[in-house]
Amino acid sequence: MTSTPENDKAHWDKTTRLMLTHLGLWFFFGYVIHFFVVPLNKIIIPVLNFPLGFYMAAQGSLIAFVVMLFMFARQQDAIDREHGVAEDE
Amino acid sequence: MSTASGASSDFYKNLGRMYATYTGGFLAFVILLAILEQVGVPNRILGYLFVGFTIIVYAVIGVMSRTAQVSEYYVAGRRVPALYNGMATGADWMSAASFVGMAGTLFLLGYDGLAWVLGWTGGYVLVSILIGPYLRKFGAYTVPDFMAFRFGGNTARMVAVIVLVCCSFTYVTAQIFGTGIIASRFLGMSFEVAVFAGLAGILLCSMLGGMRAVTWTQIAQYIVLIVAYLTPIIILSTKEFGIPIPQLTYGNAIAEITAREGQMLASGLATAGGLKPHIQPFLNYTPLNFFAIIFCMMVGTASLPHILMRYFTTPTVREARQSVAWSLLFIFLLYFSAPAYAAFSKLEVYTNIIGRDVSQVRPWMFTWGELGLIQICGKNAASIDAIVAACKAIAGHPGVVRLQDFVINTDVIVLSTPEIAGLPYVISGLVAAGGLAAALSTADGLLLAIANALSHDVYYKMIDPSAPTVRRLLVARILLLVVAVAAAYTASTRPGDILAMVGWAFSLAMAGNFPALVMGVWWKRTTAAGAVWGMIAGFGLCIFYLVVTRYFPGAGVAYFGMSSLANPATGLPLVDLAKAMAAPGAMDSWVTVAHPLANKVGWFGLTNIACGLLGMPLGFLVIYVVSLMGKEPSKEMQAYVDEIRKPRGRTVLEEKT
Repeated sequence: MTSTPENDKAHWDKTTRLMLTHLGLWFFFGYVIHFFVVPLNKIIIPVLNFPLGFYMAAQGSLIAFVVMLFMFARQQDAIDREHGVAEDE
Repeated sequence: MSTASGASSDFYKNLGRMYATYTGGFLAFVILLAILEQVGVPNRILGYLFVGFTIIVYAVIGVMSRTAQVSEYYVAGRRVPALYNGMATGADWMSAASFVGMAGTLFLLGYDGLAWVLGWTGGYVLVSILIGPYLRKFGAYTVPDFMAFRFGGNTARMVAVIVLVCCSFTYVTAQIFGTGIIASRFLGMSFEVAVFAGLAGILLCSMLGGMRAVTWTQIAQYIVLIVAYLTPIIILSTKEFGIPIPQLTYGNAIAEITAREGQMLASGLATAGGLKPHIQPFLNYTPLNFFAIIFCMMVGTASLPHILMRYFTTPTVREARQSVAWSLLFIFLLYFSAPAYAAFSKLEVYTNIIGRDVSQVRPWMFTWGELGLIQICGKNAASIDAIVAACKAIAGHPGVVRLQDFVINTDVIVLSTPEIAGLPYVISGLVAAGGLAAALSTADGLLLAIANALSHDVYYKMIDPSAPTVRRLLVARILLLVVAVAAAYTASTRPGDILAMVGWAFSLAMAGNFPALVMGVWWKRTTAAGAVWGMIAGFGLCIFYLVVTRYFPGAGVAYFGMSSLANPATGLPLVDLAKAMAAPGAMDSWVTVAHPLANKVGWFGLTNIACGLLGMPLGFLVIYVVSLMGKEPSKEMQAYVDEIRKPRGRTVLEEKT
């Protein structure tokens, strides 16, 4: 695919959408879920015995961030390839 | 750019084997020291062997990676593979505060301490989706490089350099301080000597080879620090619960802590006012400050120059993104273990210290008591006799240790875990070596960021653009030395609130850099004037709030409408303003932390650690408004921004080397 203004724009629109999706996920796992720590703490994770609210701040959100970053790297690369702006291997 | 010769491509192919051999060698060294300990070699000697050996290894790597090429010196030749860059970033990121202090903070604050765990991890999402890969494509050597190019020259460059130096210098001082604490505790040096000894270790790694040397040593340091951090709690978890995964088993420890807290209240060992239940939120921070700290640490992560510049070193934009993911994975390994340390220590304290007869406390704490780091009944817990005598002196003391009798310095939590678990001294030495690796690696990265900004941005770009390579690198090395000595000197004066300063560094970076970096990439209409004024306004407001609340609190109340922060547990004001303002000395300038108003006043009840929350929105607003008032940027500049957004193609900025 050649570099045309239309292609550039489509690429950037998709990139922006992906960015906003991950920004939303980031906000959810970084903040929203922790607004509910008190009710979540009433739920105890079976076997492990963690109160859920505490667990989310200590591990759950962190795991979500790591997974999101690996996903983002793949998704953005797929967008770049689709529009022919990815780097050569 | 240099071409990869046959020898150096072999080097990159063999990286895995090299670092695997290194890890094996390190483990063999630990086993050797364990044997020496059994044979009867004294602890002091083991401590010196541990610290000495690891520092020599870092120095050897540093000397082997020396370089005379500019691109190698500033960005490691842009050839560091994603995974290894991730490890190096992990070591760069995790400082003495993370390694030694984090678990202690969680011990003291319980749930509220998790604000720091969340804040110091989630920011990497912003690095990857908003900024890092775009700066890699741009092809800068430093963050001010980008600001200068995108925002029309040296004014923007100068503002960016000031922001960089302010936030990195406060941060590096804290690292050198941490190095001094660890070296003095485990090697028995005086603190001031230890600070400068640590400095020698730092300089050996970074002076000769710049970014290239720092990268390869940081990877070695990461391996030492993660092995050192995980080993004691894995053993402890296996002993207590039979499963070597402390991150899963500490849920049971938390359940036991909660049960024990109830017992302690019922039996009068703790008072309802003195006990802060471990899992209950918002007892130490108000909800506003809890979330403000998370936000500032996250956005600060994405604005700190020494972190952003790590992603300038990858071969491609694609690898820059992958590298952010690897970085967070390696950081995560430590951060999701820190709450386990806190829980195991707290369980030990609650079950084996609180409620015991004062003549029967466990002896592991006496070495820390001698140093004044653990106190029982208001006196250093140096021996059974000292504890019994101290508690007898308190009228009506029941003869068992109560919660309010026990005071522990937070640094002890990680350092004492091997002893709590009854492990041999060699594990304690391992932990010390890990803490030192954490402090050294972060200090290396920060010093390099400061020295690079001064040598590349100020000297080469602004003072003498025709300087030959040899002189540029010489200037870089001399400046590195000067900055390092200045930081070590500041650390040796033991500035009072050094840990708060780390938090300030994040807020300052956030207020100064974040709006300009994001708008520079994501909004083509951003003009030079908009960015410069936005940086000045955001950074200015943040530093104003910091300085007034910390050093001129009386003036803040009298002239700037500040009021008292709230006590999180009760919701009442922390200080009675009418009374405090009437007291003599209320209007003093440059007050110490002990001043009744220092750090306790502000706007909207916002702690000054989170001053970035005021500065950043102002920065965005100013950039937006001033940009719209001016003429839109040139067609060329808009085309450059388009180039930054596409991974394929040449970097926008091509440095001559």
